[in-house]
Amino acid sequence: MTKSNHDAPLGKGRSSSGDEEPQRGLSRRSILQMAGGAASLAAAPAAAAQPASSDGPATAPTTRIRLVVNGSARELEVDPRQSVLDVLRETLDLTGTKKGCNQGACGACTVLINGRRVTSCLTLAVMHDGAEITTIEGLARGDELHPLQAAFIEHDGFQCGFCTPGQIMSGVACIAEGHATSPEQIQFWMSGNICRCAAYPGIVAAVADAAGRT
Amino acid sequence: MLPFSFEKVRTEQDAIRAAAAGARYIAGGTTLIDLMRDEVERPERLVDINALPMTDIRADGADLVIGALARMSDVAAHPETKRLQPLIAESLIEGASPQLRNMASMGGNLLQRVRCPYFRMLDAACNKRDPGSGCSAIDGLNAGHAILGTSDHCVATHPSDVAVALVALGAAMRVRGPNGERTFPVEELFRLPGDTPHLEHTLRPGELIVEIRVPGGPYARQARYLKVRDRASYEFALVSAAVALELEGGSIRQARVAVGGVGTRPWRMRAVEEALRGKPVGRDAFAEAAHLALEGTRPLSHNHYKVELLPRTIVRALEMAGGTA
Ligand SMILES: Cc1cc2nc3c(=O)[nH]c(=O)nc-3n(C[C@H](O)[C@H](O)[C@H](O)COP(=O)(O)OP(=O)(O)OC[C@H]3O[C@@H](n4cnc5c(N)ncnc54)[C@H](O)[C@@H]3O)c2cc1C
Ligand code: SF4
Ligand code: FES
Ligand code: FES
Repeated sequence: MTKSNHDAPLGKGRSSSGDEEPQRGLSRRSILQMAGGAASLAAAPAAAAQPASSDGPATAPTTRIRLVVNGSARELEVDPRQSVLDVLRETLDLTGTKKGCNQGACGACTVLINGRRVTSCLTLAVMHDGAEITTIEGLARGDELHPLQAAFIEHDGFQCGFCTPGQIMSGVACIAEGHATSPEQIQFWMSGNICRCAAYPGIVAAVADAAGRT
Repeated sequence: MLPFSFEKVRTEQDAIRAAAAGARYIAGGTTLIDLMRDEVERPERLVDINALPMTDIRADGADLVIGALARMSDVAAHPETKRLQPLIAESLIEGASPQLRNMASMGGNLLQRVRCPYFRMLDAACNKRDPGSGCSAIDGLNAGHAILGTSDHCVATHPSDVAVALVALGAAMRVRGPNGERTFPVEELFRLPGDTPHLEHTLRPGELIVEIRVPGGPYARQARYLKVRDRASYEFALVSAAVALELEGGSIRQARVAVGGVGTRPWRMRAVEEALRGKPVGRDAFAEAAHLALEGTRPLSHNHYKVELLPRTIVRALEMAGGTA
């Protein structure tokens, strides 16, 4: 592992959101050049060590991938650093999927990849060439809500709503997996989704109700 | 996140060649991407190994054989896991969340890195991240840290749950590298921190974990995993215990015991196992044996509670396995 003495002056602690944006990467490298000079650059990976011109794009080469998102085929260029979450939100403008912790710890970013629920913040888009992704935007059929969406409204399964897209995507999978068999089972199998408003009783009731209907 | 080059490989040889030249394997990415985003991990090259055929889960006689790329959720749900090694299934289900278990591989799980908060804080001293810089946890917030196997240089616990079960059951792992294949006990994968806490495992450069073999045993079906934590699920262990018992009449023929949350690596409790041999099933014998788990413990300023919690967790797990809980 490389020594990280050039990080102290930057004062970078826990990551904030959006750190995969190419602009941020570029400005960080510019700062490195100004603050640390040659020593810092020597410690940085090869791609970052290339001189960063002030107007050029980030040095990381992009990769072309294909995804099927909510049923429609998309072809796009991704920076290998981009998470599935950032591609959904920033490249495809599907902002229903939320970024909470960006560390796998809250479940707000839950989507289905090839039918399985995952936290989209902890997986790179470049690893999913050819995958089918379903997000909260892909659940309703036209104006007709998915039964679990309807159940969330009926049972007051949210307050602020920030965790709700992740809760619903996780709930859809929980039901499909056959894990929504009792309130206790639902609590356990929905525990990867944190609700800061503590709407848990409504969430459990909604998942149980939708499981009974589907 | 710092830039890196990315390559997807189709064959084991290509994977090993790239890793021997300095690239890092990526499987589920749930440890690696998280730490790369915080710039704690800074690989320059990633090799995506997910296309390699290492996802099999199967029975081989009484043994359970698990491919290194099998996902935690798939291993836990597999009928052969439940039939042969319910302890593996239970320890997996108690870890992480359903979403993470769908992504996380068995190989990656064993090589996951510590959850010590200072490890992730680039402005805090941490010998594991930055050798020689010091250890912020020893005089800092260390309630979650280890009481066994610590050194003056690092006191972080190994966070894996399934590793505790694998160590209890004497599982072995097969790895392949530039110089061929070798097989060794999972227990020997983990190093103690000593004065080199940045060296965590015994894999040689380029070595790829291929599969894990859990040997069958007469104790395998009478086995439980108990995880004590700050909330009921989706949290790392404060103390955990994996126990397996072979009973005859009302007494113990043989026992397997390993613990998590207390050691700098998953900790097999051989003295406890030995003390249980031939004893009647029951709280008194369990408590007497479990007390031996405290030998060599060195609590820190904030984790004295683990000294009390450790034997109690073992006793409770033994009661669960023995059917007296
Ligand atoms: C919020 C959160 C909560 C969690 N809670 C728990 C918990 O309660 N219990 C628990 O046990 N775990 C828990 N985890 C950890 C999780 O289980 C691990 O992150 C996961 O198992 C790592 O597997 P992966 O395939 O994603 O590894 P990756 O991130 O892909 O890789 C991890 C490391 O292993 C190496 N590697 C991967 N595969 C191989 C291979 N075949 N051969 C050689 N090297 C390899 C990689 O190079 C890397 O260094 C949690 C994680 C998060 C984010
Ligand atoms: S306990 Fe280990 S990981 Fe934590 S600060 Fe100390 S050296 Fe770093
Ligand atoms: S944003 Fe992905 S789990 Fe929190
Ligand atoms: S509704 Fe506010 S976080 Fe769940």
